[in-house]
Amino acid sequence: MIRLTDVPNAHRPVGRTVQAGRLQRLAQSLRHNMPFLVMASPGALLLLVFSYLPMVGIIIAFKDFRASLGIFDSPWVGFKNFEFLLRSPVLARITTNTLVLNGLFILAGLIASVGLALLLNEVRLKIAARAYQTVVFFPYFISWVIVGYFSFALLNSDNGLVNRALQSVGLEPVAWFSSPQYWPLILTLAHIWKSVGYGSIIYLAAMLGINPEYYEAAMLDGANKLQQIRYITLPHLVPVMIILTLLAIGRIFYADFGLFYYVTRDNSLLYPTTDVIDTYVYRALRVNADIGMAAAAGLYQSVVGFVLILVSNWMVKRIDPDRALF
Amino acid sequence: MAAAFPTRTHRPLSQLSRNKAQLILHAVMLSITVLFLVPLLVVVSASFTDEIALTKNGFGLWPSQFSLDAYNYVLLDPSQILRAYGVTTIVTLIGTVLGLIVMSLLAYVLFRHDFTWRRPMAFFVFFTMLFNGGLVPTYILITQYLKLRNTLPVLILPYLVVPWFVFLLRTYFLTLPKEFVESAKIDGANEWQIYRHIIMPLSTPALATIGLFCILMFWNDWWLALLYIDEPKLYPLQYLLFAILRNAEFLSSNTSASAMLASTQPPLQTTRMAMAVIAIGPVAIAFLLLQRYFIRGITLGGIKGE
Repeated sequence: MIRLTDVPNAHRPVGRTVQAGRLQRLAQSLRHNMPFLVMASPGALLLLVFSYLPMVGIIIAFKDFRASLGIFDSPWVGFKNFEFLLRSPVLARITTNTLVLNGLFILAGLIASVGLALLLNEVRLKIAARAYQTVVFFPYFISWVIVGYFSFALLNSDNGLVNRALQSVGLEPVAWFSSPQYWPLILTLAHIWKSVGYGSIIYLAAMLGINPEYYEAAMLDGANKLQQIRYITLPHLVPVMIILTLLAIGRIFYADFGLFYYVTRDNSLLYPTTDVIDTYVYRALRVNADIGMAAAAGLYQSVVGFVLILVSNWMVKRIDPDRALF
Repeated sequence: MAAAFPTRTHRPLSQLSRNKAQLILHAVMLSITVLFLVPLLVVVSASFTDEIALTKNGFGLWPSQFSLDAYNYVLLDPSQILRAYGVTTIVTLIGTVLGLIVMSLLAYVLFRHDFTWRRPMAFFVFFTMLFNGGLVPTYILITQYLKLRNTLPVLILPYLVVPWFVFLLRTYFLTLPKEFVESAKIDGANEWQIYRHIIMPLSTPALATIGLFCILMFWNDWWLALLYIDEPKLYPLQYLLFAILRNAEFLSSNTSASAMLASTQPPLQTTRMAMAVIAIGPVAIAFLLLQRYFIRGITLGGIKGE
């Protein structure tokens, strides 16, 4: 069908024709897409409110926020909040702690996950293998609040299990909750305890994808188990290891708040080694009501975090485009 | 058969060494599993220990003096923990059902090639995984503009759309045979009918897996309550546990049990541990029953860091 607007018409101004055609096309397109738009709207609206509106709120970092005035009427202060943040010793502390602790978690988590997967993979008795996997996966389902109970039961200085055990072998008890030097290790152990089951499942799945013929050929050549692991299993896991590590590095600027808040029981004596960006922002906002500093630190995290995700994704894409986020 | 195994004569020896290796492996794995269970054992054993014995002998792997005082104390007035269980159950149920509906609709739209603005919409969802406004603007928005503080919806709405789950669902939809959608279109089905009667029934495995992860997310959440709830009536389970651990008095302050027991010292330390055990119990059972579905979900979903 030839529409009226499609016919060149010397008597009509060209602009109007084009405009009318565009409007009609838009109406048609809207009619066609309407069901999709309606279906997407609840989810899109939720994202708009809870993800995009806060992005607009980033301007708080450049304002002297007063609750009574609201976001838009609070006075602008330029980079004042960032100047305060830069001048306070806290910025270096939370940045170092976040990077060092997350770095420790990534490295230790990688070794533990691969190691555990290798062990589980060698267990011949199916029932035993499943039982072991159940136990190591279990902590994934336990909330950090409960882990806070565990850390209290194990580490409190009066009657915690660890101190009792130390005393029973004649050692001095340690005041764990006022000795920050031990906490990078304790937090790493807690992180591994909770996540190694999850990680090992991914590596076990990758191992299932290795062609058994490699092992058969290796056995014919007289390779022992360790040699098979060293020359067949591990090389096949390397791509997954690299990808998972790169993706984790992309998130290295974001800390697992629950781990740092509940397991340390938010003990200020431990802040020198346990205060991370997320706990600092939370405290500045909720405890000290220092909204300017909290917003500045939060924006610092968002921007650096964004860059890191882009960089890590770019690297993942160069190695294995299918695994890249985008 | 024998011809297929030329090394057959060596087998008894290698069998023996292999058994030895398996024994060592089991020993290693058993030690690891015991270590993993120690924290749980310590809390469970403390909950069954006499309060004074716990103070004197400390936390152990086994009750130094068995006692049910802590559980009796909780059961004197269980309204506090029952209420928290109720809040968590409601939030988990509504959140999971609504979340599955909202996310599957969004995933459906991103999956249908007929949708002209599919790519911009996908970017709209995806970008939220890369960048966020941070805690402060979110907090001010929710408390001062949306006025959601101390309401039930604040425990649900922010978690309804998990972009990662949306993309997992869409990926799953893409694995379904195209013919289903095409023949339905030829039969004159509209988008709602295709979604409701074709895609949804075919996607129950994916929906079940993601539903499980949603249940876990809502059940274990303390973050939203930490930020937005200070009304004890609305405490979800995890946040109640946190309040009790932070301040043992919270246990007694809200119950009439403290009045009943005014003369005696309430067994605060063991009661805390009993509350933790009561909270872990159902999760542990659900975990044992559903574990393999989670494992399938992790391996299906490919890779996702914690």
